[in-house]
Amino acid sequence: MSVVTLKINDIDVAAEAGKTVLDAAREAGIRIPTLCHLDGVSDVGACRLCLIEIKGIPKLLPACVTEVSEGMEVTTHTPQLDEYRRMTVEMLFSEGNHVCAVCVANENCELQDVAIEVGMDHSRFTYRFPERGVDISHPQFGIDHNRCILCTRCVRVCDEIEGAHVWDVAGRGAAAKVVTGLNQPWGDVEACTACGKCVDACPTGSIFRKGSTASELDRDRGKLEFLVKAREENQWTR
Amino acid sequence: MDTVNKKVKLATIWLAGCSGCHMSFLDLDEWLFELAKFADIVYSPVASDIKDYPEDVDVCLVEGAVANEENLELLYKVRQRTKFVISFGDCAVTANVPAMRNMLGSSEPVLKRCYLELGDKTAQLPHEPGIVPELLDRVRPIHELVEIDLFIPGCPPSAPRIQAAIEPLLKGERPVMEGRSMIKFG
Ligand code: SF4
Ligand code: SF4
Ligand code: SF4
Ligand code: FES
Repeated sequence: MSVVTLKINDIDVAAEAGKTVLDAAREAGIRIPTLCHLDGVSDVGACRLCLIEIKGIPKLLPACVTEVSEGMEVTTHTPQLDEYRRMTVEMLFSEGNHVCAVCVANENCELQDVAIEVGMDHSRFTYRFPERGVDISHPQFGIDHNRCILCTRCVRVCDEIEGAHVWDVAGRGAAAKVVTGLNQPWGDVEACTACGKCVDACPTGSIFRKGSTASELDRDRGKLEFLVKAREENQWTR
Repeated sequence: MDTVNKKVKLATIWLAGCSGCHMSFLDLDEWLFELAKFADIVYSPVASDIKDYPEDVDVCLVEGAVANEENLELLYKVRQRTKFVISFGDCAVTANVPAMRNMLGSSEPVLKRCYLELGDKTAQLPHEPGIVPELLDRVRPIHELVEIDLFIPGCPPSAPRIQAAIEPLLKGERPVMEGRSMIKFG
């Protein structure tokens, strides 16, 4: 194992080569807000919340997909970065239809948590109010596209941990959405094992267990962590 | 705000909201007596019987989104006549539940559903200009229409959150709107 040394917010940090800046920062106890990152699955840099500055590089880079390198000088919080993060969260709210008051995930939502963290008391962007659907064809679960932020955590967890690859992203730009199967009703997708990992992975109230009422969604992220760790360390008994 | 010599002139208005934010305001209970020492309620659907929004108001709490012509008119009047306008609760701040009809494109499908499809023997669309305010095609949060000085999110904001936001204002200070207790939606 080779180790590189770098500076994060002027603190000297040692990290294993190949690790991401996000991992290194976390190990050093520095918190960077994230939404699309999920421990145990690959990173895609989709939400842009973890953007950081690196000395000598003119553009901002996402910490979750940027590898550490020797002598790197990273800044995770500046007034500008904080402002961009808040704008990103405001855009997520204005882009979809987030009515927290009537949402299954109210109080248990990572998007809400992040909004609080970046200090968002309102969105400065005009709300779009797009027309989006809800699919409740699955006997146990439902997907409400109004609350989807396209983080693709469901896509990755189903593909990389469950191995079923039920989810994917279809369409482009404003029309992009997550689909099940080949854009079939979820209930018709035979590949779905009804394991519920996507429910546990979703940061918002988009994927839910049927019958949960407002504020009732409770996810078991520990289950995902356990599965990943068990696979990595070959511990197949709990 | 000059609070040293005179009482603050406080108003509250209620646009397209469920009145929950006002109920939460009443939940301030005995602190309302404290508030009365520093503020005169000059206009409010729950605390006064005045019909016209007065001139020279210091602070106004605005509950609700803008959903019809009357809401819009009142909001413009309030902005003109008020020094410090507060967007009060999620309906005012995000348009919230009243805006769920926006996803249907316009006010028409909602009106048709309520008054024609579900109407009894005399099904008809309400149309009485000057008496029944016309619905706007899109429900909007108030800061998309007028400038806002402070946002108090929440559906409804809890009484402690309201108190923590208003108390500093009475002393001429700005409240710190940060953290879960002050700015969580829903
Ligand atoms: S998913 Fe989260 S942010 Fe969106 S409406 Fe539900 S609670 Fe609010
Ligand atoms: S329940 Fe399991 S198999 Fe089905 S879509 Fe979700 S993660 Fe994939
Ligand atoms: S459904 Fe949930 S997990 Fe999947 S992309 Fe949307 S927000 Fe992310
Ligand atoms: S967590 Fe890095 S881009 Fe989403």
